[in-house]
Amino acid sequence: MSAAEVGAAGAAKKIVRPYGDTTGDGMVQVSFTLPVPHDKRAEGAAVQLANKMGIDPAMLVHAKQLGDGFTFFVVYGRVNHLVDLSAVQVVERDFPLLSAKEVNALVKQKLRRKLSVVGACIGTDAHTVGIDAILNVKGIAGEKGLEYYRELKVTNLGAQVSVPELVEAARVERADAVLVSQVVTQRDAHLHNTREMSAAFREAMPAGRRPLLIVGGPRFDETMTGELGVDRIFGRGTTPGEVASYLVHALVTSRKAGRHE
Amino acid sequence: MTGKLDLDPALVGRARELARRAGRPVVDLARSHTTVSVERAVLRLAGVTGADPDGIPWVNRLVDAVVADVGLGHGVAVPVFDALAREQITDVTLLAQKAAAGSVRFAVPAGKAATAARRAARRAVAAGIRRIDRRRAERERLVTRYGDPRQRPWIYLIVATGDIYEDIPQAQAAARAGADVIAVIRSTGQSLLDYVPEGATREGFAGTYATQENFRLMRAALDASSRELGRYVRLTNYASGLCMPEMATLAGLERLDMMLNDSMYGILFRDINPIRTFVDQRFSRQVHARAGIIINTGEDNYLTTADAVDEAHTVTVSQLLNEYFAHEAGLADWQLGLGHAFEINPDLPESFRLELAHALLARELFPQAPLKWMPPTKHMTGDVFRGNLLDGFFNLVGTMTGQGILLVGMMTEAVVTPWLSDRDIALQNVRYVLGAAGGLHEDFVPAPGGFIQQRAHRVLGEAVELLERIGEQSLLTAIAEGTFGIMKRPADRGKGRDGVAAHEAGYYNPATEILEGGVA
Repeated sequence: MSAAEVGAAGAAKKIVRPYGDTTGDGMVQVSFTLPVPHDKRAEGAAVQLANKMGIDPAMLVHAKQLGDGFTFFVVYGRVNHLVDLSAVQVVERDFPLLSAKEVNALVKQKLRRKLSVVGACIGTDAHTVGIDAILNVKGIAGEKGLEYYRELKVTNLGAQVSVPELVEAARVERADAVLVSQVVTQRDAHLHNTREMSAAFREAMPAGRRPLLIVGGPRFDETMTGELGVDRIFGRGTTPGEVASYLVHALVTSRKAGRHE
Repeated sequence: MTGKLDLDPALVGRARELARRAGRPVVDLARSHTTVSVERAVLRLAGVTGADPDGIPWVNRLVDAVVADVGLGHGVAVPVFDALAREQITDVTLLAQKAAAGSVRFAVPAGKAATAARRAARRAVAAGIRRIDRRRAERERLVTRYGDPRQRPWIYLIVATGDIYEDIPQAQAAARAGADVIAVIRSTGQSLLDYVPEGATREGFAGTYATQENFRLMRAALDASSRELGRYVRLTNYASGLCMPEMATLAGLERLDMMLNDSMYGILFRDINPIRTFVDQRFSRQVHARAGIIINTGEDNYLTTADAVDEAHTVTVSQLLNEYFAHEAGLADWQLGLGHAFEINPDLPESFRLELAHALLARELFPQAPLKWMPPTKHMTGDVFRGNLLDGFFNLVGTMTGQGILLVGMMTEAVVTPWLSDRDIALQNVRYVLGAAGGLHEDFVPAPGGFIQQRAHRVLGEAVELLERIGEQSLLTAIAEGTFGIMKRPADRGKGRDGVAAHEAGYYNPATEILEGGVA
């Protein structure tokens, strides 16, 4: 993984607690349902659960029976856990954010051909909203999608693409990067599909000729690249500009992408 | 027309005329082609049931066997009933089993044999259609006995656990909590299966497989809920994807009450072959018309991929096309749950007024249709608190503009499949808004020439312009060129194209004959 790891051992400890309305008050709010009818005992059970979550004292502010045998609770209270900021590990953006113009200029100057991107939703996942947000001209959150970038050649295969179809399309399009979106997470489908995809590319193409493999979706853990066999994972809220900037970083400015020559 | 928007009746008439002109060539195409799924639906009506040990339905095995011998273009009814007579068996499912084993040959008979086969096929299919008629009469009896929901819009709620036996208590709990319509979301990917799975199912991905047995189980459970609650609780599923005609048929046979059934959704969003879709759609709508099923169209989907303000007119165009195709197939206005959605970016100034204008435009263009009002999804960010507020405003537009069917929005949209508590909070939101402002549509009259009227006029104007552009080419060309959304879908591409055939001379489909002719 090329991303910077923040929080290496030795950094100074910085402790924070949740903030309600006073520094250090540790106040949190949680809601949950227990499979019991609403009575005094149910409320006691909710407080016991809150206590076990580290909320002590726990204020049960709302309890409402749902249907026959369920009760919904809202609990406020002080949580006794501390957060050590110096021990937090996240993937931070380790590449500069570029404008569309800068992306186009860098690809044109340094790559001297269009950068080919193939995108798809694989497996049974029919939710193209993620891949479309990144690829379609329309884009998301006011940012245009990758199709809008003059120097990128985008092939959006759409939904329910099989892994062999994706590998073949990547070959035909001489893809520099393959973008896969996975929304459905039932039975960890997103993880199984991603592993299947990366394995298929490893099998079909030698290391130097493999496209950059990128997956995205709201439920991925961005630190799992190694485990899933991909180069990068993008999570919730990723914008097309970030993806384009990463492509330039990984394929143009930090290594030569000249494997088609 | 209720006249709150002061729409120009001539322009409205022009829009309908243009929709008719765009749709007519597609209807002609649908009338001159058949598909494997239409033919399988015919066999289901004729009484073929069950599946082989691998789970492939006997209707698929039988259609495949007929196609292998004589092709699809004659229809399967005559070759199948001709073979029945020659084999001297009466059970069509048994014939399918023998055909799958390779022990039956199919032919296109001529003369007396052909006449006899037609007559026998018509008799068998008529029996199936009479079953649909009986289910419709049964629904009418139950609605009379238990009554319709006390309020409009009807409250439409989704369940989707993947396990029909888990769905049932959830659906019953939802009905008890106020839902008038239960939709069982299908498993992801079912729309691209070219067969209907069999039996009760307990595994699905983000939804539950639509099967005849699942339909039956859920309908029986909701009949029990209707009895308990003193109002008829309706059941919804999907007549879409590659098996659209069969889904419609099974829905009719099992007394489902509403079906999602859009004229272009499969083409645009699932890359299903355009001709396959239009042929399947016409047959499925004829079945829905007969079964007394309310269709729900899918215009909300346009707004999830395109901008809800810039592309608002594409919703109107699609509604007009859906109306034309529906009327042509025999559906009455009360069966047209034309769709639209609350998908304008909430950060846009006056977004709520724009939503009101669009929703009221649909209401006034289709005054007799029970419009299906769909909640925000695109701008649900995971901020569940803001989401709940947005859903409240969505509910308010629904009641202020007299929508017929309101799909309950979940604050956890885009986060998780709804939890029990999410559903309860969402229904509480609906109950509050309908309770507090249920009659507000009486007082809500937009200012003459004001923002809302102007916006509605503009959207209608843009819709007419788009229909004029389509009219110059044809609907199929427009779809091929990406007029709807930015997906380009040529007529010679897409999934399921292999299963389409032009009618040969002497093509015979007893179901179409009965559905177009009336008596079964």
